[in-house]
Amino acid sequence: MTCLPQSTDKKLGLVIDLDTCVGCHACVISCKGWNTENYGEPLGDQNAYGEMPNGAFLNRVHSYEIETDAGFAQLAHFPKSCLHCEDAPCVTVCPTGASFKRTEDGIVLVNESDCMGCGLCAWACPYGAREMDPLAEVMKKCTLCVDRIYNENLPEEDRIPSCVRTCPSGARHFGDFADPNSAVSKLVAERGSIELMPELGTKPVNRYLPPRPKDQISKQQKPTPTVAETADGFFAWLDKTLERLG
Amino acid sequence: MKPAASVIIFTSLSGLGFGLLAFLGLGMPMVDGLVAFVFYAIAYALSVGGLLASTFHLGHPARAIKAFSQWRTSWLSREGWLAVLALLVMAIYAIGVIFLGVRLSIVGIIGAGLSLATVFSTAMIYTQLRSIPRWNTVWTPLMFMSYSIAGGALLAGQTDLALGLLSIMAAIQIVTWIAGDKAMASSGTTIATATGLKGKSIRAFEPPHTGTNYLLQEFGYQVARKHVAKLRIISIICSAGTPILFLSLPFNHWLALAAVVSHLIGVLTSRWLFFAQAEHTSMLYYGRHTAAAK
Repeated sequence: MTCLPQSTDKKLGLVIDLDTCVGCHACVISCKGWNTENYGEPLGDQNAYGEMPNGAFLNRVHSYEIETDAGFAQLAHFPKSCLHCEDAPCVTVCPTGASFKRTEDGIVLVNESDCMGCGLCAWACPYGAREMDPLAEVMKKCTLCVDRIYNENLPEEDRIPSCVRTCPSGARHFGDFADPNSAVSKLVAERGSIELMPELGTKPVNRYLPPRPKDQISKQQKPTPTVAETADGFFAWLDKTLERLG
Repeated sequence: MKPAASVIIFTSLSGLGFGLLAFLGLGMPMVDGLVAFVFYAIAYALSVGGLLASTFHLGHPARAIKAFSQWRTSWLSREGWLAVLALLVMAIYAIGVIFLGVRLSIVGIIGAGLSLATVFSTAMIYTQLRSIPRWNTVWTPLMFMSYSIAGGALLAGQTDLALGLLSIMAAIQIVTWIAGDKAMASSGTTIATATGLKGKSIRAFEPPHTGTNYLLQEFGYQVARKHVAKLRIISIICSAGTPILFLSLPFNHWLALAAVVSHLIGVLTSRWLFFAQAEHTSMLYYGRHTAAAK
């Protein structure tokens, strides 16, 4: 069970466009909603209205400030969930066989009825993509909405992960990376994709598209007139008059 | 990492217990009857007590039996098998020595090997984690093994051997600390590789949540630098310094007991630091451990 498949027929995953993401957290909420009402234990919350709320989420949005040598600092919103790694360290460490990677589509899942809640898989994941449910005490992680994408009871347009369906800015894309003609493969080829922590050899399936360089306002803008030695016209007169006042 | 009492007690006690079992299996000391019974009672209380403590942090301890199934890939599963095998094989040897007056030397040697293999597999649970650079080095198994063997020699009353082994243990521990302090910075994993963002500097601007979460509780533990230095000195003095001093004096049962108690306090301190100081790469997303990223 916890042996990783040599290769998978499909490589289902997400492309997240950091240029388009506006940081609204709608994907976080829709993920929490779907995965509380459907497969597995509901995503638990503790002290939800108290001083220090604590709950399990499968998707969280960080925000980073990027400083460059030119112009203003840039802000990037950064949604993070399980990357469904090809060489998933969380799977091989699992002692009970609860964690596994599917041969048919590469999705990494937890069989909750086999999970003893030791937490070792969360330790092994370098990305912090797994969270122990505070109430059910079993490991929770992104399922790539395995209960939506193959669900024939849903209209066809809904057979994509909840986060992708919800994203109002179109920053999230779902598809098969094993198929070079899929939309996600083309996006990655076009924009040049980011692999998270490539040095750890986990070979994550999910990819990120880098933020595009922003226009440099400071270069295009004409300088605002100021009261100074180089001024002319009204401001030169004002400058001179103020000097005369001592 | 969160220094959970269950894993600190588990690694400390079972390390000592299996270390003692290894010496008993090799016939050091060559005891039988009631004296042997007392030695084995101590060894089993420590090793089994430690293993039981490790189940306290499980969300579903009743499912722990399933942990024997994945020995092909999981060091935690292998540890379970090796622990049970070591305890069973050593039980056969112990029954012979205590009750039957028979010494099955081959069984004892196999039991000793399995006991040390159990400690090695415990160490590998931590060593294998690429997400925790401080642990992901050869020093982790060396450190665990040296504590187990030196502590075992101390408990087994192998005074001359213990003096040398405790010194080696202390040296390995100090090197492990020095190497560990540089591990995160030299791992090459930074906020830049974690996010893939390009720029002069990447700063965590806003976390995803205002409250706490499992990741921060489990991986966000930090120890003040000034306390680390003090705790390391306490750990070395208790685990190696005091026992070496007491063993060098003329033998006395009370001094020997004091040496063992001091050693245990030192081991517990070392293990607390082992967990409390470990940096997890996921905390880079929260802007931690970023000194080397700029």
